[in-house]
Amino acid sequence: MKIAVQSEPFDLGAETSAFSAAVTGAGAAGAIVTFTGLVRNDGGALSAMEIEHYPGMTEKAIAAIADEAVRRWSLADVLVIHRHGRLAPGETIMMVATAAPHRADAFAAAEFLMDYLKSRAPFWKKEIGADGSDWVAAKDADEAALKRW
Amino acid sequence: MIDVLYFAWVRERIGLPREKVETSAATVADLIDQLRAREDRYAAAFADLSALRVALDQELSSFDAPLSGVREVAFFPPMTGG
Repeated sequence: MKIAVQSEPFDLGAETSAFSAAVTGAGAAGAIVTFTGLVRNDGGALSAMEIEHYPGMTEKAIAAIADEAVRRWSLADVLVIHRHGRLAPGETIMMVATAAPHRADAFAAAEFLMDYLKSRAPFWKKEIGADGSDWVAAKDADEAALKRW
Repeated sequence: MIDVLYFAWVRERIGLPREKVETSAATVADLIDQLRAREDRYAAAFADLSALRVALDQELSSFDAPLSGVREVAFFPPMTGG
């Protein structure tokens, strides 16, 4: 399991290849699902996204969410990378990868990880535009999404 | 003495990211009452608790939780990761 919280960009292809090589080497995985989150430009209105986090708690909260995924589904491995700091439209914010013997577990675990990372990992997004900046409000739908698990 | 941390708009409204607070508050709610009484910027930040979350020693908790043995309290809005 790899969990990284960092300000630096990461190489999506290299991370996916390394994750894939590790699980195929062990022979336990028949499926890998990856999800990537990007900064939208919202029709040109957004000039940057600033992501604040709670150092220390962030890593612990993500590890707890990943551990829960491993308990619930049959997984060969889990990867979570989440960036913080100032990001431009089009930049990669985060990625999740899950490897499992069968695809249903890999898909479900990836969705579970995303739902929980959204509402239970201590990150806060601020959108910076030409006319000022605003903190992104959490949506009721995000909280509701946790209930299906 | 406990460390009190603020994040996102809570940090902006109060005007600092962390501070040490001398307190005999028994619960998180008691600590909030103490902070609210300090200055308007605290009263403004803690005006609507439904818009806030709290973590005790880096674990999500609740406003009625006891503070006994807690070293770090953090206040922040609902999280927006992913």
